[in-house]
Amino acid sequence: MKLERAPMRSEKLPAASEWTFEAIDQYHTEIARVATNFGLDTYPNQIEIITAEQMMDAYASVGMPVNYHHWSFGKQFLSTEKGYRRGQMGLAYEIVINSNPCIAYLMEENTLTMQALVIAHAAYGHNSFFKGNYLFQTWTNADAIVDYLLFARNYIAECEQRYGEEDVELLLDSCHALMNLGVDRYKRPPKLSLAKEQLRQTERAEYLQSQVNQLWRTLPLQDAKPGTTPERRFPLEQEENLLYFVEKHAPLLEPWQREVVRIVRKIAQYFFPQRQTQVMNEGWACFWHYTLINQLYDEDLLSDSFMLEFLQSHTNVVYQPAYHERWYNGINPYALGYAMWQDIRRICEDPTDEDRAWFPDIAGSDWRETFDFAMRNFKDESFVAQYLSPKVMRDFRLFAILDDEHEAKLKVSAIHDDSGYQRVREILSEQYNLGSREPNIQVWNVDLRGDRSLTLRHQQYHKRPLGTSTDEVMKHMARLWGFTVRLETAQDDGTVELLQESRIEKRRAHN
Amino acid sequence: MTRIIDRRFDSKKKSAVNRQRFMRRFKQQIRRAVSDAIHNRSIRDLDNGEHISIPAKDLSEPHFQHGRGGVWEQIFSGNDQFASGDLINRPPTGGGGRGQGKASNQGEGEDDFVFHLSREEFLDIFFDDLALPNLVRTQLARVTDYKTQRAGFTSDGSPANINIVRSMRGALGRRLALGSPLGARLRELQQELERIVEASGEDCDEAVELREEIARLRLRIEAIPFVDSFDLRFNNRIKVPRPTTQAVMFCVMDVSGSMDEEKKATAKRFFMLLYLFLNRTYEHIDVVFIRHHTVAKEVDEEEFFHSRESGGTVVSSALNLMRDVIQDRYAHGNWNIYGAQASDGDNWDNDSPICHDVLGSRILPFCQYFAYIEITPGEPQNLWREYQKLIGMHSNFAMQRIEEPADIFPVFRELFKKTLV
Repeated sequence: MKLERAPMRSEKLPAASEWTFEAIDQYHTEIARVATNFGLDTYPNQIEIITAEQMMDAYASVGMPVNYHHWSFGKQFLSTEKGYRRGQMGLAYEIVINSNPCIAYLMEENTLTMQALVIAHAAYGHNSFFKGNYLFQTWTNADAIVDYLLFARNYIAECEQRYGEEDVELLLDSCHALMNLGVDRYKRPPKLSLAKEQLRQTERAEYLQSQVNQLWRTLPLQDAKPGTTPERRFPLEQEENLLYFVEKHAPLLEPWQREVVRIVRKIAQYFFPQRQTQVMNEGWACFWHYTLINQLYDEDLLSDSFMLEFLQSHTNVVYQPAYHERWYNGINPYALGYAMWQDIRRICEDPTDEDRAWFPDIAGSDWRETFDFAMRNFKDESFVAQYLSPKVMRDFRLFAILDDEHEAKLKVSAIHDDSGYQRVREILSEQYNLGSREPNIQVWNVDLRGDRSLTLRHQQYHKRPLGTSTDEVMKHMARLWGFTVRLETAQDDGTVELLQESRIEKRRAHN
Repeated sequence: MTRIIDRRFDSKKKSAVNRQRFMRRFKQQIRRAVSDAIHNRSIRDLDNGEHISIPAKDLSEPHFQHGRGGVWEQIFSGNDQFASGDLINRPPTGGGGRGQGKASNQGEGEDDFVFHLSREEFLDIFFDDLALPNLVRTQLARVTDYKTQRAGFTSDGSPANINIVRSMRGALGRRLALGSPLGARLRELQQELERIVEASGEDCDEAVELREEIARLRLRIEAIPFVDSFDLRFNNRIKVPRPTTQAVMFCVMDVSGSMDEEKKATAKRFFMLLYLFLNRTYEHIDVVFIRHHTVAKEVDEEEFFHSRESGGTVVSSALNLMRDVIQDRYAHGNWNIYGAQASDGDNWDNDSPICHDVLGSRILPFCQYFAYIEITPGEPQNLWREYQKLIGMHSNFAMQRIEEPADIFPVFRELFKKTLV
């Protein structure tokens, strides 16, 4: 595709550091034009100017424009506020919401340069990623999310009025504790729609309750002789989505409680893709703000002072400290992602022999087609496994450390050399695999005929034990389930041991 | 189609509800922190919020996570010295260079969670501790003191208040208003008279008639009074309630050996509360700290709360000192005097009747209010019995035995009954 040159103009875009609505509009028009020329496909944009306090509000409600009330959001707000007021922490320049239209927040304190950067980064970078990437397409529903959040907030507010704030809060606490295990990883959930949600809510509540009753029907089984019928597990297959299982099968929950569980589950599902595409998504947005702004500069629309400020911010964002530096905090996803996207473009446009050997498919190809394909069809784990090139590994000087608790010393298992590239890439890819980052805990069995206790099974990964907060989480699980909950650990060799048991002795009285 | 929306004036304080939820949830911890904070602040320092810190573990949100141990193989950046197969000593626990997955479990989590309480939130918790009724929290007492001030003029009043200038001006106006039509007619008649006299001579009938009429007019003009009661204007003075702007508050505390830190902390709250109420009413408040064991001494706040003495107790020494200070510095009339005394009730037996005398005759008559609290779990002591005799005689005296801060408020109830209408 051939880029359309903008008609040459002697007039530059405004260069003052104070922004005005006109100036933002001018910048946006130019950035939109360039982005279209590059073939970025986006949701329509909605750019909102907000204050620092509103930005902190947005932080507190996990970036969403509306959310239900919960103390943990208050805690988040307080700590953000403290950090900001003391100057320990700058606020993010932008928050962008995966919705249609795509809402991007610009903070009023930003300079005009920063606003332009943010527009390029969020309104075109992230926005196009939200629209294109398969995970977002599969798991989230940009058209309905804001409506759904509104529904959720109203519903929970209504529950608070009806059943008391405290009960709702305790329930939400428990759901939040299990939020990360409240997502479907492999199934496509049905689309959300506000109208349908409301329409079906009552219906569903009744239906669910009747299902549960069916499950727990305890007619005496006269002819059941102990030992003759083989013990059948329920569920027949392990269930990875703990919150889903609770919603559908927890015996004692009231219909409204099931609905709250469902709300938390749906929101967790909405954020699921973001947790898996950080490197790709941030890298993509950084690549595009850099590319779009530079394009404008090449067209002679931007002043030098603008570019200097822009480059300074850009460099800060994509900086990767080395492991021994004080501010090292793991691999910076912005830095890695940006470097990888730039590198893919380089491989396409100017491949070396090494690139041809490693990436025969894309070396020398049209970079924008390659980009489009990569953006649409990968997540961090597979993106790194597919596209991390030896050059980037060398640039970052990546190396792997093996830490086995049974060994006295740590071992450098691979570095950025010919024999290590594959291994480093593999390990880094694994590092972004949610399945190994978080413990694998699934519903194993419910003792249907006995005490109705629920057994969870933790499949150990690389002999890693569970963390210290496990007991707390189990209490939450027991609160939701209403009966005793056990946690077993299955080791790599197949042995299973009981790790933890949260007993609930007193059965809640039925209403 | 792109929209740029200015949201800056939209709903602010979106997180206010979440913040309240947070405060409610961690009330216990926050109260404890506030209690510590009170210990460290001056009793006058009630206009600021407070930085509160809560142990982070109390408000953690648990998740299933990997713990330490097992096998970890992780990627780091910036290799400057390692080759494949190198063996490295384990870095000390919590040191840098750890992968984020592991560090987050242990490393940062230990810090306290610090946040800022606003003044309102701080006071709310402070009041909660003291079991203050809601009405009192919002509607605070105002001592009314009247001041007369000019308010224009009235048409009646006492002769002493006649405003001469105003009255004369009124009279002049009235005379002009009533007299000028007659004067004009008079001048007219006189002109006519001159004309007739010139034409027909002095004694024609018309001239005589005119002269009679002129004479009648003169009479009427002269009949207009110079000052009528109707003209009188009096200076008007009205009484307006005026908040008295200065007060002095005496904090009297027993610091003998039997007053331990906890009792002092309770006493401190009592003083703080009084200060707070006075603060709502007066612009300027002096605080005098008097501590005593067998002898009394005026000290600064720091010494008042934090130094410890031992020995016996002679309460009257403090009351005498308070009386002297009042006479020296706070002569009655210019200052509203408040007294607050805290003690564990121990007193030298023969001294208590003296206290009764000094307080009853030399202090209470000059005080707006005097409150005594006895911080003791035990039986009332002799000082208590002596003071009890004062209750019936003086409405501005209150006393209360307390064991914990929540008991303090009844002491103030009297005060509010009097001034909250």
